[in-house]
Amino acid sequence: MTEKTPTSPLGAPSRRAFLAASAALSASLFLPKGLRAQDFPTATVNTTGLAVTDTDVTVGILHSVTGTMAISETGSVQAEKLAIDQINAQGGVLGRQINFVQEDGASDWPTFAEKARKLLVDDKVASVMGCWTSASRKAVLPVFEQYNGMLYYPTFYEGLEESPNVIYTGQEATQQIIAGIDWVTKTKGAKSFYLLGSDYIWPRTSNKIARKHIEKLGLEVVGEEYYPLGHTQFNSVINKIKLKKPDVIYAIVVGGSNVAFYKQLKAAGIDMTKEKPLLLTISVTEDEIRGIGGENIDGAYACMKYFQSLDNPNNIEFVKAFKAAYGEDMVIGDVTQAAYLGPWLWKAAVEKAGSFDIDKIKEASPGIELATAPEGYVKVHENHHLWSKTRVGHAQADGQYKVVFETADLVEPDPFPEGYQ
Amino acid sequence: MTEFPAMATGRDGRFLNRTEAMGAVALALLIFVLLPLALDPFRLNLFGKYLTYAFVAVGLVLCWGAGGILSLGQGVFFGLGGYALAMFLKLEASTPEATKIQSTPGIPDFMDWNQITALPGWWQPFHSLSFTIFAVVAVPVIFAFIIGTAMFRRRVGGVYFSIITQAVAAILTILIIGQQGYTGGVNGITDLRTLKGWDIRTDEAKTALYFVNGGLLFACLALAQFVRRSKLGRILIAMRDREDRVRFSGYDVASFKIFVFCLGAGFAAIGGAMFTLQVGFMSPSFVGIVPSIEMVIFCAVGGRNSILGAVWGTLLVNWAKTSFSESFPELWQFGMGALFIAVVLVFPDGLAGVWKQHVEPLFARLKPRPSAPQPAE
Repeated sequence: MTEKTPTSPLGAPSRRAFLAASAALSASLFLPKGLRAQDFPTATVNTTGLAVTDTDVTVGILHSVTGTMAISETGSVQAEKLAIDQINAQGGVLGRQINFVQEDGASDWPTFAEKARKLLVDDKVASVMGCWTSASRKAVLPVFEQYNGMLYYPTFYEGLEESPNVIYTGQEATQQIIAGIDWVTKTKGAKSFYLLGSDYIWPRTSNKIARKHIEKLGLEVVGEEYYPLGHTQFNSVINKIKLKKPDVIYAIVVGGSNVAFYKQLKAAGIDMTKEKPLLLTISVTEDEIRGIGGENIDGAYACMKYFQSLDNPNNIEFVKAFKAAYGEDMVIGDVTQAAYLGPWLWKAAVEKAGSFDIDKIKEASPGIELATAPEGYVKVHENHHLWSKTRVGHAQADGQYKVVFETADLVEPDPFPEGYQ
Repeated sequence: MTEFPAMATGRDGRFLNRTEAMGAVALALLIFVLLPLALDPFRLNLFGKYLTYAFVAVGLVLCWGAGGILSLGQGVFFGLGGYALAMFLKLEASTPEATKIQSTPGIPDFMDWNQITALPGWWQPFHSLSFTIFAVVAVPVIFAFIIGTAMFRRRVGGVYFSIITQAVAAILTILIIGQQGYTGGVNGITDLRTLKGWDIRTDEAKTALYFVNGGLLFACLALAQFVRRSKLGRILIAMRDREDRVRFSGYDVASFKIFVFCLGAGFAAIGGAMFTLQVGFMSPSFVGIVPSIEMVIFCAVGGRNSILGAVWGTLLVNWAKTSFSESFPELWQFGMGALFIAVVLVFPDGLAGVWKQHVEPLFARLKPRPSAPQPAE
């Protein structure tokens, strides 16, 4: 096995063969020029007793692989493992190979807290890639702040949070919402909106921001409703929508409810390809479409920062590597891509700081740039969120999105938006 | 053989018989000596968390094992106790200085996210610790009293009672999740920091809380044993086996049932409050049907007729859960399922049954009785 070409930072063409070979060979063969472990003695790069040795560094992966959230979080686990494999193949972090300890949050928030504590206290991991739902993040946050750990959190979420111990690799709410509403009013001439969501903090906060923005534009919200998680009867709201005839259904339904919602919309005769009303969602990625069925959501629009169909060299490499590692029929949603950024951003922070110490990583993180991200160039903001573009995708019957719009510039993350609270 | 004076009017006049005394001493050794010596603060805190479920299991031994009332909604009382304490801790953590980033400083963060601008009236009393401690026990017990009165006075029992307790658990979960502005919703009440200025997140605090928890558990065990050895305990067992005969003998069956149900609720509530203190948050995932049934499983694994067995069962199941899930993150739930099936098939009386049938005879054979003449039993 020869040293891989440096022109392709995300992965060589024959990823599967390469990974298999790299696992079999000893780590030292892959040390690149420049960063060698002996140039960074363990005593100086690890002053706080993290799990860092002369040859290895251990990180944690903390997602639900059992329970109701497993279907969503599995993609994140896969992406994080892929990134770790790729980093190891390039020589690791400061010349050290990354090992990981995986723990199961079991879709249960206290279990997340227990496992986070275990990773930080027992395993002394150098960072954790993990969590998906806001509830699980809220449960582990005090643990990370108390034991001074570093969490890379991949999901788009409601904002209203800014912890020095977390890097938020997904979008906070304004990054996902405002540009999408501007787009639908400008290019589609939408004047009235019906807001709809699952009943918990993220949809409620997102809709609050959406409503404020819609009202600022001088447009109208004709209805706003919430349903419990797991709800499957949407007929009454569909009737109300038919009655009020909004231009846009703004849907933030999550999880299994999505399947019922889109099937019932279709059964009620609302053909989304006619765009009367147009459906705009911020909660359906390619992963969810696998459950909903492409034919049931054909014609809807989604506002995200990443779609699998993005046409840039980084993303083409990433999709190829992901499919080579996990199978041709895999799909990659927004959060999966954000999860993939976690290990890379951590590596960049460690190398910028020249240390694994959490306090130095916290300081080094703002300003870190990643030109190789599948979504394109991203940058870490002072507030530990990412600058990223907002994109609108048009759902196709084959379960993929066609990108119809993207913001010209990166959108600044603003977790505590003035005027939207 | 008079190490335990006759405190209650048990049949043989003693508070504990010899095996029970041995079991209690063994459990005390485990909880107060072995575990603290063998485990680091993190693992000890985990065992502290398991022990909070043991309160529920001990209550279930009284309700189900002795009284024959199978409640599948003990999570409700565990949750109410836990939420009461969480409300106090959250108010203490939400000082105006700590929450100055919010639109309305000084209220819990989740209220601010839900556009609530003033602390609701029913949260106000939870500024007081003494009221909170009172509420931790009183609210669940009063709630249990209302449910118990409504059910048992109408002679609703057996499976119907179990189903209704499940419904109550489901309703309370939906209520908590739906009213997220007042309860924290799915996220629960998180980020609890101090108790009267004492930081409960440090290792020292967690270790101290572990011992407080163990002490409270033994107090509850003593109370449960007292009830079992009393005349009341024997009436409960009589009711379980032949309810109509007890009624025809002139006893007010409903009152006894309500009492033991309230007692079980009180135990569960203390467990819930200790849980909040040691884990640092409370969420609806401990209130619903699934955790309630899990708590029944802890009790069944230990043996539903043995209060000490319930504690051992709780510790065993939870420890297995943690270690299986750490070793096999993607397969551990199959292991847990296999454990439950094995217990029910092979040891229908749980750990306590195994002890009685297999271990005790062994002791009896190894240690022949003293040759000194004994009074006839």
